[in-house]
Amino acid sequence: MRFLLLILALTLLAGCGRHRTPVEKANEEGILLIGNGTDPKDLDPQITTGLPEFVVQTSLFEGLTTPNPKTSAPEPGVAESWTVNADSTVFTFHLRPEARWSNGDPVTAQDFAFSYERILSPAFAAEYAMLLFPIKNARAFNAGEVTDFSKVGVKALDTHTLELTLEGPTPHLPTVISHNAYFPVHPPTILKFGKMTDRHTRWTKPGNLVSNGPFQLEDWNLNERVLVKRNPYYWDADTVRLNGIAFLPITNQNTEERAFRSGQLHVTNSVPLSKRDAYRLADSPDLHMDPWLGTYYYLLNTARPPFDDPLVREAFNAAIDRQALVDTVTRGGETIAFSIVPPNMEPYQPPASPIREDVAHAQKLLAEAGYPGGKGFPTVELLYNTSETHRPIAEALQRMWYDNLGVEVDLVNQSWPVYLDRRKKGDYDIARAGWFGDFNDASTFLTMWTADSGLNHSGWASPEFDALIKQSEMTGDPTERLNILREAESVFLRDMPIIPLYYYNRIYLKRPEVKGWYPNLLDLHPFKYVYLETDTPAKSESGN
Amino acid sequence: MLTFVLRRFLEAILVLWLIVTATFFMVRLVPGGPFDGEKDIPEVTRQQLEAYYGLDKPLPVQYLNYLGNLVQGDLGTTFKYQGWTVNEIIARKLPVSFELGALAMGIALVIGIGAGVLAAWRPGTTTDTAPMSLAMLGICLPTFVLGPLLILVFGLKLHLVNVMGWNLPQDRILPALTLGLFYAAYVARLTRASMLEIRREDYMRTARAKGLPEARVYLLHGLRNGLSPVVSYLGPALAGLISGSFVVETIFNIPGLGRFFVQAALDNDYTMVLGCVLFYAALIIVFNLISDILLVWLNPRRKLS
Repeated sequence: MRFLLLILALTLLAGCGRHRTPVEKANEEGILLIGNGTDPKDLDPQITTGLPEFVVQTSLFEGLTTPNPKTSAPEPGVAESWTVNADSTVFTFHLRPEARWSNGDPVTAQDFAFSYERILSPAFAAEYAMLLFPIKNARAFNAGEVTDFSKVGVKALDTHTLELTLEGPTPHLPTVISHNAYFPVHPPTILKFGKMTDRHTRWTKPGNLVSNGPFQLEDWNLNERVLVKRNPYYWDADTVRLNGIAFLPITNQNTEERAFRSGQLHVTNSVPLSKRDAYRLADSPDLHMDPWLGTYYYLLNTARPPFDDPLVREAFNAAIDRQALVDTVTRGGETIAFSIVPPNMEPYQPPASPIREDVAHAQKLLAEAGYPGGKGFPTVELLYNTSETHRPIAEALQRMWYDNLGVEVDLVNQSWPVYLDRRKKGDYDIARAGWFGDFNDASTFLTMWTADSGLNHSGWASPEFDALIKQSEMTGDPTERLNILREAESVFLRDMPIIPLYYYNRIYLKRPEVKGWYPNLLDLHPFKYVYLETDTPAKSESGN
Repeated sequence: MLTFVLRRFLEAILVLWLIVTATFFMVRLVPGGPFDGEKDIPEVTRQQLEAYYGLDKPLPVQYLNYLGNLVQGDLGTTFKYQGWTVNEIIARKLPVSFELGALAMGIALVIGIGAGVLAAWRPGTTTDTAPMSLAMLGICLPTFVLGPLLILVFGLKLHLVNVMGWNLPQDRILPALTLGLFYAAYVARLTRASMLEIRREDYMRTARAKGLPEARVYLLHGLRNGLSPVVSYLGPALAGLISGSFVVETIFNIPGLGRFFVQAALDNDYTMVLGCVLFYAALIIVFNLISDILLVWLNPRRKLS
């Protein structure tokens, strides 16, 4: 009974007036509280591949280039300038002399060379080493075919000059190298805790990690928070206005939304489906639905019947109402998709899509394929992984195909690893899929469909498409390159190995006092430009 | 007593070995592997990763290696939380789950025993039906309903407490209540049934015949014996509270061990799954042992066997 009384007393004590929310406290301290999905698996930028890790790492590290907060276009980072030869095969980066690590050491070209050798070393087994493959001999070095790193196209010409020689023309390299795989690591720190190629040492733990970005690691409590604080040695420290950032891993969308409403977060990672309408109806300024560089689509298994028949693929594509799907199911203001490359990827101009929505046409195509009115069509399976969003989308499409084509589609829900395993083995008929661009270039959505790509699980392979992709990689002229990529996308869409449904929107909640955070296709928000301004109402009540 | 504990210890070793063996081979039957992602990694990288973690060796060799490390208390490195060992994660997260479990058990015992004793005091009256109806409600109301309800009232409407996290002392109140009230309902029903039975025992009648006040007879003589079924229930319940608080940990975003356990299973994180299974199995064994010893202490006529 005493215990119960104690609890009641605590509750009453806590209830002496409305308690000061974490956001109110953080506003005074200049700390941004941000929901970050899951906990980072690691903070080593050369090991991780996921978005939650990337978000934290962008606060801690800086590459040669860094994205513009509004456009995501590459702008000078550690490199204050760069030059490129005529056919875009040799880039020379001039590092700013004032760039420093968080322990005060200068950031040098040798540090970058060390970092690139580390990520490419076979013994290190970095999953994202492949992102450095545009560099000459990088792929061969990673495969162990070349053992001498001096033969790889990475050369520190002097302390502040780094030369990258590439396999072929790569005019978009400045965009690619803002990725975390290209971030530098501090060689003395790496070597202090192990060998260059040791994957798991204690160098990323609080107190050990040395970084070169606008912030440095203060605390990392697994599944609780990652706290970073201002790095006084950062070359552009005067621009940084936040004193720190707390990245909170919140896997449950409802928990995160409640935390936002109760003043425990400035920015969320997501908004639950069930809450989106409430925020929209309330015309909440906290709700943000920004175009994102991603496409939600269904993968068709073209390696086996019935989707080995292009007529069937086209019929399934034509028999759905994408607008109804985004209006009534996803409710995130998404743009419906008829291509794999999202729009607004300027200067890329997408080709005209052959995909059209026409139920009568779809029925005609299915009849031509030998299934008039859906008669004789086998029951196919739609494979998707467990998620609040995937299930209702699958149910809606199941209904559309039944109503419009008279075909039965069974829904198969699997956990993520089982779903991936079945997809990779080609053990599916239709599989949910989605893809976000690693960088702002059409190639990130197209090269994945070549016959030898580790992402092409469709069973579709086209020598014509592969040749065009190869040609684009050998072309130094940026305009011609984009024309070739457009042609490649035309070939891809003509054969329809996928059903594009919509282009993702980044849907999240953000309090009005968060400034310097702009919508952009890559959803990159360099934290050195973000700040808190509390002249706006501190309490957010929308979306109840 | 010592022989009893020693025998149970040896039994526990055998049980744990069987559990670790079964789990080791079962997790390997799940499709996919710990390095699977949407993007296929190059074959050469996969081979390097497998070699790094020793997964390139035949399964029996991997099994023996695991047992060898286990004997030395090393549960291995996790595949997903790279750079963290399983020992490290359990050591960091157990105190959180343990604290939540202990607080919830405290609430369950105080409310459950109180309600059960009250209900059995005058069977069939309002003092019986009211707490028992509430207990039934507690059993029927799952934690994923009760948790958000408490959050809605105390967090979002009254703004008394935070709705998630584990930083301030008051952050413990809602999660502990959510978990504790569910178990309180069971404890209440067990206590009531036991107390009703005890009332008819000879020694209770003797005590009354001696002229002792009814309340003293009921609470002093009755309760000590009446608690036996509750104590039997405590062992597995406490282990369940500590290991099974995944839902509550998710609702309140509590950095406990339960979330790691479930996520490890979803991620095919072999070493983490094995570590958690072993740890929870050991927990159940230890709590059952403590519960058995407590039962003998409550009723010396019982024998440790």
